[in-house]
Amino acid sequence: MTNGVEGTAASAAVPGPSTSNPSAMDGPGAAVRLNSITKRYGQVVACNGVDLALYSGRIHGVLGENGAGKSTLMKILIGLIQPDEGHITIHGERKQIHDPVAAADLGIAMVHQHYSLVEPLTVWENVVLGEPVKLDRNQACERVHAISERYGLGVDPLATVSRLSAGQRQRVEIIKCLRREPQIIVFDEPTSVLTPAESEQLFSVLRIVVVEENRAVALVSHKLDEILHATDEVTIMRGGRVVDRLMTSQATASGLAQSMVGRTVSLRSEAAALGLIETAAKAASHDTAPDTAGDRFASAPVVLEVRDAVLDDRDGSTLLDHLSISVRAGEIVGLAGVEGNGQRALADMLSSLIPLKSGAVLVDGAPVATNRPGALGAAGVGVIPEDRHDSGCVLGLSVAENLVLADLHAVSRGGLLDRRAISARACELMQSFEIQASSPEAPMRSLSGGNQQRVVLARELSANPRVLVAAQPTRGLDVGAIEYMSARLRAAADGGVGILLISTELEEVLTLSDRICVIHKGRVVGEMDQHDVDIERLGLLMGGVEV
Amino acid sequence: MSAAAVEPVQPLAQSATAPSPSPSAMRAWQWRRVFPVFVTYVVSLSVALGLCALLVLSTGGSAGKVFSALLDGSLRSPGAWGLTITTAAPLLVVAIGTILAEKAGITNIGQEGQVLLGAAGVAFVATRMEAPGPVLIVVSFAVGIAIAGLWALLAAAMKFTRSVPEVISTLLLYFIAVQITNFCLTKRWLLQSLSTDSRVNNGQPLKHAARMPGIDIFGNTISWGAVVAIVVTILVGLVLARTTTGFRLRMLGMNPRTARRAGVSAAKIGGGALVLSGALAGLAGGLWQTSGVPGDRFTAGISSNLGWQGLLVALLARQRAALVVPMAFVFAALRTGSQFLSATGVDRRIADVVQAMLVLALLVAPAIEALQQRRREKTVAA
Repeated sequence: MTNGVEGTAASAAVPGPSTSNPSAMDGPGAAVRLNSITKRYGQVVACNGVDLALYSGRIHGVLGENGAGKSTLMKILIGLIQPDEGHITIHGERKQIHDPVAAADLGIAMVHQHYSLVEPLTVWENVVLGEPVKLDRNQACERVHAISERYGLGVDPLATVSRLSAGQRQRVEIIKCLRREPQIIVFDEPTSVLTPAESEQLFSVLRIVVVEENRAVALVSHKLDEILHATDEVTIMRGGRVVDRLMTSQATASGLAQSMVGRTVSLRSEAAALGLIETAAKAASHDTAPDTAGDRFASAPVVLEVRDAVLDDRDGSTLLDHLSISVRAGEIVGLAGVEGNGQRALADMLSSLIPLKSGAVLVDGAPVATNRPGALGAAGVGVIPEDRHDSGCVLGLSVAENLVLADLHAVSRGGLLDRRAISARACELMQSFEIQASSPEAPMRSLSGGNQQRVVLARELSANPRVLVAAQPTRGLDVGAIEYMSARLRAAADGGVGILLISTELEEVLTLSDRICVIHKGRVVGEMDQHDVDIERLGLLMGGVEV
Repeated sequence: MSAAAVEPVQPLAQSATAPSPSPSAMRAWQWRRVFPVFVTYVVSLSVALGLCALLVLSTGGSAGKVFSALLDGSLRSPGAWGLTITTAAPLLVVAIGTILAEKAGITNIGQEGQVLLGAAGVAFVATRMEAPGPVLIVVSFAVGIAIAGLWALLAAAMKFTRSVPEVISTLLLYFIAVQITNFCLTKRWLLQSLSTDSRVNNGQPLKHAARMPGIDIFGNTISWGAVVAIVVTILVGLVLARTTTGFRLRMLGMNPRTARRAGVSAAKIGGGALVLSGALAGLAGGLWQTSGVPGDRFTAGISSNLGWQGLLVALLARQRAALVVPMAFVFAALRTGSQFLSATGVDRRIADVVQAMLVLALLVAPAIEALQQRRREKTVAA
């Protein structure tokens, strides 16, 4: 099978990268072609009749926001997901790809965004892991060395993975992928954890792979500059559909940004369609008096101010780079940005989970220590964390206990818990926040995701915070729950709470926020008022282009 | 049990994801859970007893006599169950301390050394201080508990300032504790006996007033230590279940990040739990030292695996707190029972093997449960 594929690849008449007409993509020589692929998850259509053709000797960029359907499409290509409709042809032959093993047999491989390496093992051990052959250390090392030499990767086969940097680990992943000599390689967000220099090296490896070895590469990304820099042609996806495709030489950053984030006009009607009717109406009311929106909060006190925050990861990489942001009472500030640009670190820092290296956090104008457990919560910073199971709730405790865990003083006397008070408070909150559970004593584990999120929301809002940090508050929720969460956030803001909405869903930021800031590489790189949002500029800022 | 037990539909209970189980279904579910565990215990103990019988037979002994001796030593002979209860007290206290630390997400495995230091501290005061009984007991225990607690504080300090895993530090501190008490037994001004003819590694006899009084009941003598152990068990249970500190401690053990966000300091609460579990092991050492069972003086081997066995009791009972007391009693019975084995003419080493096999048999059920738990978690994660 493998031989057959390779034979066809070698003999196929391949249009070179110099072919400038995008219509050439419809030609017969595609290494792989996805034909009208559709994939639904319940009501959500992740991919909607998507066509995509990859050619040997070319790098094909797949551009889109988070949730645009890029990853789903690629998972279908390597057999992790089966499409509901549509089919895949490889060198013109229709193939079923049931699982990644079948994909590998067909010469398709993927370098994943999240590495799957065993940290305590060495590089060569990781590379041969899962191969049904006898372990031969010398032979394996030689192979790793040979691949490393061929592409200039500079990987030591005897190094222990846990000691390698993110960039080096990725090169190990690339070796794992290339050792099977795949003809079609997918790179999923390959530069998300790389430094600019490491990204440059990666792109030169990609050049070798396509120009010298005539393989087909798909580069999945939401970064405009790397699409412009590294690809030959680009397909832009939005909302599960292909919205545009063109030769990269004809593309511009602003054009790509606009295609990626979409139209400037229909945003609010989209919001209404999503079920955010209340917020959309609210936003619409801003439109009738746009001049007031900017001034509305000018006189409101600043409830949260982060000043020059610097935070490093354990491996020394920068998480927050002199980040400054402020939120006024009653204002919703949306922090837009591509995932992995410091949002998580910011939310963790505001949850007192990691201390700042330098800089300051002021709540109501008073500085708060970031290294004392619970200090920010006590000062009035409520947090709905990105991963509620990580720092939002305790699955082993009951619903009632989860509702009171941040404020035990209110439900205890002299250090003794008052069970009746806990129960009463829980019942009250369960009613006002419509939390569905069999009883207050039900284990948190038994609740659905939406109800767990409501428990977190109820606890954080009932503590009467000055400011509420909501990190990806609607991720993974269904439409009804999204609507509920959005309405609650809006209501809290109207009640005078300052809200910092950290989200990678641009639609969510646009519909809810009074002011929008953009985070990139741990800095706030731009800011704009809700009523004069410039989508094109927003897209450029998110993509890391200074404007 | 009856059909009427079906719950009325409450508006809150309508969630499709979590239908509330009826009481009878709950009971059936619990039975389904408990029954296999019970069977596992029966099977594993039977297998162990069978192997023990074979072992005894093959060395020329009589299996019947051996098991009879085990029962005589632990329960049947005059004064035996009183002795077993007295022995169970320190095991129970060690186990409770272990569980307390475990609830906070801390694994203390250095109890053997903490028991040893607790006993040494008690012995140091109880051999030289002149005071009436109650005062002497309170002061000597305070010193023993403090030394063992400080010993655990070393591990806590290393964990929270230098991230040294407490599993390693508490274990290694045991070996140092052994060396320290051995050293103390070589110095007259510390623990060594004043009489020149005594063996080198024995301490001085405790003053009579320092010994824990006993309760005489049906011809058995139970040390007051047993009462102390039960009171401590109840207190720890109440603190964990009913106080804000206990709540914070459990929260820390279940989800340290949520706990930190809610203002729980891992160093204070987690470190405190480790120190307290060390202090409880020290209390256990004191109870053992003053019970009179191991003799009237401090010796190098006084802890005699109490710490390790207390750890096992906690391990066996971890999932269900109600099991701690009976488990401590079972382990104590194995200890007192096996002392009678030598009287049957069976080699002492064979007696040790018999005891070890029975302990292993008791460990089978929790081990299986832990494996199943891990498998469940894995499938959930996948």
